Amino acid sequence: MTFGSIDSSYTRRTLTRSARALASLKVDGPLLVGLGLIAIFGLIVLYSASGRDIATVLKSATRLGIGAVVMLLLARVKPGFLRRAAPVIYMLGILLLVVVDVVGYIGKGAQRWLDLGLFRFQPSEIMKLAVPMMCAWYLHERPLPPSPGNLLVAAAIVFVPAALTVAQPDLGTGMLIAIAGVLVMLLAGLQSRVILVLAGITALGAWFGWSFLHDYQQKRVLTFLDPQSDPLGAGYHIIQSQIAIGSGGVFGKGWMNGSQGQLEFLPERSTDFIFAVIGEEVGLVGLVLLVLLYLFVVGRAIYLAMQTQETFARLLAGSLAMTFFVYVFINAGMVSGLLPVVGVPLPLVSYGGTSMVTLLAGFGILMSLYSHRKLIRS
Amino acid sequence: MAAKVRIKDQWKEQRLFEQRSVIGAGIIAALSVLLLARLVTLQVVRHDYYTDLSQGNRVRIEPLPAPRGLILDRNGTVVAENRPAYQLELVREEVPDLGDTLRRLAAINLIPADDLDDARKLVLSHRSFDSVPVRLRLDDEEIATFAVHRFEFPGVDIRTRLARSYPYGALAVHALGYVGAISEQDLGHIDRAAYSGTTLIGKLGVEAAYEKDLHGQNGSREILVNAQGRSVQRQGAFVPNLRTVTPVAGDDLLLAMDLDVQKVAEEALGERRGAVVAIDPGNGDVLALASRPGFDPNTFGRGITRVEYKALLDDIDRPLFDRALRGTYPSGSTIKPAIALAGLVYDVVAPTDHRFCAGVYRLPGSSRMFREGRSGRHGSVGLVDAIARSCDVYFYDLANRLGVDRISAFLGLFGFGGITGIDIGGEKPGLLPSREWKRKAFSRPQDQVWFPGETVNFGIGQGYFLVTPLQLAHYTSMLANHGTSFKPRVVSGVRDPVNGTIRRFTPERGASITATPEQWQIVMAGMEGAMRGRGTAAATAGRNMTYDIAGKTGTAQVFSVGQNEKYNEKMVPERLRDHSWFIAFAPAEAPRIAVAVLVENGGFGSTGAAPIARKVMDAWLLKGGGA
Repeated sequence: MTFGSIDSSYTRRTLTRSARALASLKVDGPLLVGLGLIAIFGLIVLYSASGRDIATVLKSATRLGIGAVVMLLLARVKPGFLRRAAPVIYMLGILLLVVVDVVGYIGKGAQRWLDLGLFRFQPSEIMKLAVPMMCAWYLHERPLPPSPGNLLVAAAIVFVPAALTVAQPDLGTGMLIAIAGVLVMLLAGLQSRVILVLAGITALGAWFGWSFLHDYQQKRVLTFLDPQSDPLGAGYHIIQSQIAIGSGGVFGKGWMNGSQGQLEFLPERSTDFIFAVIGEEVGLVGLVLLVLLYLFVVGRAIYLAMQTQETFARLLAGSLAMTFFVYVFINAGMVSGLLPVVGVPLPLVSYGGTSMVTLLAGFGILMSLYSHRKLIRS
Repeated sequence: MAAKVRIKDQWKEQRLFEQRSVIGAGIIAALSVLLLARLVTLQVVRHDYYTDLSQGNRVRIEPLPAPRGLILDRNGTVVAENRPAYQLELVREEVPDLGDTLRRLAAINLIPADDLDDARKLVLSHRSFDSVPVRLRLDDEEIATFAVHRFEFPGVDIRTRLARSYPYGALAVHALGYVGAISEQDLGHIDRAAYSGTTLIGKLGVEAAYEKDLHGQNGSREILVNAQGRSVQRQGAFVPNLRTVTPVAGDDLLLAMDLDVQKVAEEALGERRGAVVAIDPGNGDVLALASRPGFDPNTFGRGITRVEYKALLDDIDRPLFDRALRGTYPSGSTIKPAIALAGLVYDVVAPTDHRFCAGVYRLPGSSRMFREGRSGRHGSVGLVDAIARSCDVYFYDLANRLGVDRISAFLGLFGFGGITGIDIGGEKPGLLPSREWKRKAFSRPQDQVWFPGETVNFGIGQGYFLVTPLQLAHYTSMLANHGTSFKPRVVSGVRDPVNGTIRRFTPERGASITATPEQWQIVMAGMEGAMRGRGTAAATAGRNMTYDIAGKTGTAQVFSVGQNEKYNEKMVPERLRDHSWFIAFAPAEAPRIAVAVLVENGGFGSTGAAPIARKVMDAWLLKGGGA
């Protein structure tokens, strides 16, 4: 008998014990670890990006904590309840969106929140979860791939809240809501010819919808196409963030030593553009590490989705997993100049907003869907 | 039945879902690769390009103005130096509303309300991120005032800068010049880059003439700035090597001027308007160059207000006007030694020739009478006596015999009608009349003819002939040197401010004139005679001489109100009085100083100007100057 074997058996026992504890919490261990690592990485970067403001870091950590609690609670909720609740949450969300739009219309300006006294509440955030839930709820009882009629209804379920959100105006969130719903439809087995037709309609809609976009939204798209056309105006964000990332090189300038971020050349460095701060200070190595963590989380989430047995659970879980990647890709893409600037935060890293809580809530739902599955032996 | 279909659907749907998930994962992988490729492009392939851009973002070059060279008199006394002063500076791009900010600064009396427009123009003439001084030399109270209101003025701050200071104030101001704000005109002929970080430039006198030596070479410093352009102090890895180019201080100037002599000259002039020029005949060193009244050059460095400047401009005594270099006056009798020499050189007169002076001269064949200017009649006078006692009648006749052409040509050899070539700018050539000049100067044909009567007046330094005090001093030094001269120089050398190496300039030869020693001797005797016995200045400048002086008085009639002065009825009587001249050099046998003194409306040369010249010569010679 050696110390090693004692040690290894001890380790094994500890691991088994914690795995059991997690299982009883209905929480997925690997997913939790992945999310935790991203969150810690994010807090470290935020300390630098906020200009060594410990208060900002603490606030963000608090939000993460709230999100984690929500996640743990949701993980314990039975999927059946979630399914039954889906239409109710959805309708409530629509109602709140209409209220926000009306209040915004009266107040003559962008309105995204409802002030509930204690905290400000953003109904569009709920929709990020409610839309895929509703979509999955609607499709799960119907034969798949969906018939054209069912598809039309599903499309309406997605379109109405997305349009209401864009009208706030919040193009980024509206888009994300639509993507979450569309992903459910795609996972449900949308035929490829329908996908092609829909892509055509989207392109047409984009062309037609251009005129409905606000000036600053049009400008964002235009500057994405040619940032140098307005280097001190709308193109400033894109140019500065690319300078930050590019000058970071492979190993970065060092934590808290990025001149672009620290000297405030980089706008919104602790929120939407925090990806550039990472690129500048920790370099390509840091970005690749972060992207790998994200991919691990996405991969694990897709794996979990595939393990579920009910259609509702599969569609919702799959959509949530892929939506998470979409968030990452849109933010990283816009900061590095692949995509136009839309206000999408980097999940779990960017400071602020209710989006952090929503995201973790989504993972809570995902864990619930997975951990409450019935183990069927073949 | 229905249940059966449903179960079948479940499997199909699961396979469909798995198939879609795999496609989704594939798309995710593809997009991840795309993102990675983008990052590699930015961070590896184009890394150097973006590094340059980020470097340019955070580093700004700030000029470091070179300290201006000092100015020292010949004894090493500092007459122009640099002192730390507090000034109010403004950065345009950091000021929300320039006009409003300036108005509010004026409201708390930090900038004069009259100068708002000028301050605005000054700020706008600089780059938007330059710190522009809108008010120089704040006193303690003003600093306190600003401190209280500081928070209301983003982009405005107090800074310490070196400011030019003249410890002796108005003393020798016209010779030294001053520094003032760079004007639009200045901008035309200077290298803007060399003057970035400087708002002042030498104006007039030595400060202007030796601007290049005094200015030095500006340095620069790279400073770390944030996105707002504010300088930030942050140690560490941001910028490992911020380059600094040390400014090279301007050279110190060593004046030929002797401050003691200068002081005596200005004090002797006192409240009278006039000029004193003292030159060392041995090398052209300008020992004193005074013009009164003067003004305090420090007001310009401080930032002169519109009101102050207008007061200086409108002053009837014209303090800004440099009488020594730019004031032109009839020479009066001071020119007689030159006329006498001309008579000898052209062999028109013999030393022994005597003429009888009955107090009046009549041109042959004319009834016009030319009167003795001063004291009735001199009786029978020879050439030496004629100089010593300044007999006009003798010189009327001599001039008439010489004729205008020879007088004009001979006086030209002394440098009259041209500039002396002094090393500071602004000198006027005066006016040396001739037949040709008169033909060109007048438009009516009857005026273009030179009349014999004008030659007669020319002989005693009246009429069209105009000289500057500097020209007369230069001429006196030529008389002292028996015909040779050096170009007058205010600065005799430069000193390297770092290692103290002194570089002396070699004196430059100026105008010259040839005559025999005997001829010179006669003129010298005349000028020495003026200082003793029955000489014109014997009772004033010549009293109790401890060294021999050779001098000549002069009294210039004021024909009209000179130099564009405004006509002022009340002042007319005083201002129509004669100008008083005196020229002298000493010791007569080995001259070490040549002086010309002018007192505007000072009356007779012997009483107005001569005592001043004597004090100046005493100041220099009694302490052994030039020995």
